[in-house]
Amino acid sequence: MTDFFQVFGLQRRLAVDTAALQRRFYELSRQWHPDFHQARPPAEQAQALEESARVNAAYRALRDPIARVEYLIRLEEGRETREGAAVKPKAPPDLLAEMFEIQESLEEARSGALDDATRATLTEQRDGLRARMEDAERRLAGPLSQAWDAAAPGDRGAALTALKETLATRAYLRTVIDDLTAALGEGHEETHVANRRD
Amino acid sequence: MSRIVGIDLGTTNSLVAFVDDRTGLPVVIADRDGHRLLPSIVSFTPDGLVVGEAARRQLARRPTDTVYSVKRLMGRGWEDVKDELRYLPFRVLPADGTVKLAVGGREVTPPEVSAIVLKALKERAEAHFGEPIEKAVVTVPAYFNDSQRQATKDAGRIAGLDVVRIVNEPTAASLAYGLHRLGQGVIAVYDLGGGTFDISILRAKDGIFEVLATNGDTHLGGDDFDRVIMLWLLEDIQARHCAELERDGLDLARDQESMQELRLAAEAAKIRLSTEERTTLTLPFEGFTYRRDITRAELERLIERLVARTLGPCRQALTDAGLTPADIDEVVLVGGSTRVPLVRKRVQELFGKTPHSQLNPDEVVALGAAVQAHILAGGITDMLLLDVTPLSLGIETLGGIVSILIPRNTTIPTSAREMFTTSVDGQTVVDMHVVQGERELAKDCRSLARFELRGIDPMPAGMPKIEVTFLIDANGILQVQAREQRTGKAASIEVKPTYGLAEGDVERMIEDSFTYAEADVETRLLIETRNEADTVLTHVARALRQGAALVSAEERTAIEAAVEALRRAREGQDRDAIRDRTTELNHATERLAETLMDSALKGALGTRRAEEIMQSKGDPAAAGET
Repeated sequence: MTDFFQVFGLQRRLAVDTAALQRRFYELSRQWHPDFHQARPPAEQAQALEESARVNAAYRALRDPIARVEYLIRLEEGRETREGAAVKPKAPPDLLAEMFEIQESLEEARSGALDDATRATLTEQRDGLRARMEDAERRLAGPLSQAWDAAAPGDRGAALTALKETLATRAYLRTVIDDLTAALGEGHEETHVANRRD
Repeated sequence: MSRIVGIDLGTTNSLVAFVDDRTGLPVVIADRDGHRLLPSIVSFTPDGLVVGEAARRQLARRPTDTVYSVKRLMGRGWEDVKDELRYLPFRVLPADGTVKLAVGGREVTPPEVSAIVLKALKERAEAHFGEPIEKAVVTVPAYFNDSQRQATKDAGRIAGLDVVRIVNEPTAASLAYGLHRLGQGVIAVYDLGGGTFDISILRAKDGIFEVLATNGDTHLGGDDFDRVIMLWLLEDIQARHCAELERDGLDLARDQESMQELRLAAEAAKIRLSTEERTTLTLPFEGFTYRRDITRAELERLIERLVARTLGPCRQALTDAGLTPADIDEVVLVGGSTRVPLVRKRVQELFGKTPHSQLNPDEVVALGAAVQAHILAGGITDMLLLDVTPLSLGIETLGGIVSILIPRNTTIPTSAREMFTTSVDGQTVVDMHVVQGERELAKDCRSLARFELRGIDPMPAGMPKIEVTFLIDANGILQVQAREQRTGKAASIEVKPTYGLAEGDVERMIEDSFTYAEADVETRLLIETRNEADTVLTHVARALRQGAALVSAEERTAIEAAVEALRRAREGQDRDAIRDRTTELNHATERLAETLMDSALKGALGTRRAEEIMQSKGDPAAAGET
């Protein structure tokens, strides 16, 4: 399996200097983009196409801290394709009580009773979940990533598990937020910005 | 390396451009008469094919045999387009995986019609360079899906052009701006053309143009503006002239010629209202003349909802790029429809800044295509465009759910790998259904193709492991490869595109197109000259009828003599003679035309005037673009 960190000459670490990454991405693009190989023999054109596709995939996997965590887990577990790669959404234990209430208001909204009070409740619940999701993202990109980087290579199991669990929580929160948004009839435009690169 | 030209194959107009080696700047190639825009119109007349300006003059004369806005049909299936067909005067029929047009007593596909336009541009470029042109970069709307891109490539092949790159229109525009050192930082390109809308958000830095997100609507443009105005006019005429219509037994809505006149008048009024607050519409019919004023405010009420439809995609593109309007440094306007003041106003409100339009919005895409062509030819090495795929690519899985392999806004080229296996013992064929779109269920997405992986060795279910690589190339077009992992042997794939032409069809069309080409340049010019003569004869006959009281006997004799002279010349083969007699007839009717204009019958030559306004569309000054 291609190690995307190696594509950019990087160590397998979650702390990445994104400005340097972008510069390197632009350099590699200039080297491999098919535009600059148009007049080459077919074999060289095919190679440029393949390399360029790899560079693009690698940049996509590493430029965003959350996507980077998802990629790292896949890499560490040696999963070649996306088969089973999706982190199964999992409810955080401390949210279960709150989820009862949320399901209740969702039921209410879906049964057609989207009055001002229900709307206010849904919005408030969604804002709460968003704050939790942003917190999960901050932890993923911050302390949890640092913990993995800091651990000795043979001793990273716990850090990896923590990353996976938090990713699962985030995936769960996102699903519920999407449900609430749909119930509020606000469609895609309210999709949280953090969703952008998934 | 041979020369590569840049082509903007537009819904309304098409252009060809190249980068001048001496100046390093892109320029549009004009025809012999200095016209830079080629109307994307093809008329199948009894005398042969005509294209461009000459075909435009056939719109109202031969509505059922004159094809316009064919770009809206490219790469589309019957289900996609059947709702809007009632607004098109020519016949469109369902065909296997695509649609066909029944025009001029034959059936043609949309790529064949586009090929005729491309061929005219190819000839224009060849006349300019005095050498054959075989390669081109052709632009498409960023939001075009795989089938629409493939159809565009097919059109090129039919026209005898190797389409070395399909490039997205808004990104092409950004290249043209970039070359002029305009549009730096984070740029939003808002591109509203004749039939399509795109929004692209890019970052321009150190010569790299990196697209962050794109969105759009491939069925929204100036044509739709014209249509709402036309329908509004139709209702108004029917209300105000119901007595005359009944008397003459004229059902306007079913009369293709009248509807074309209405459409052209609507388009001309829309264009005038970009620079004027109020304009007068005059439409002569056989038994009466319709006349009314229309204000810009009225126009804006009619098109408000259409303009609003562009804003959702803009917001989505911003969200996908992870940006807010405040992050946008520059807004660039592309496409003729961005001349409409309401469009500018809404764009400015959304992004909170004054949009750029230093480069002519009709030409900027072709200029950008020329820049991209120059990059491919090795003439520019410091600029690079990194574009994205506009729609997510996925495969249908159990229960009709889509599993996304390549999300939208992924930088291209890009690839994804997926493992497939068998579900029954001894199975030797595996099917895949590839779709494009953002919906969860395959049936709500655009079906791209069904693939059959064949030649799998018979094994127990689940044993074969076939690795399939989906690669989207720099054109945004999908390529698929498969390999059985155990044996390492490449599995054979049979692709059945859901929409579009099979390889054999394209080959046949290439052959057919040479038959068209036999009508050599001379013949074509003769046809065009004859058509021009016919148009003038029709206008004069109408003017004489309407202005009978306004001409002296002497003048009438002179006009009739000129008419007779032109009729005789028209039957002959001498193109110069036809042109001279046409000029003479125009001259003989000058005073009559002026009188008509001044009189209560002003605008009796309304169609003619509309055409002249259309012709000057490419001229920024005439269209009010400064």
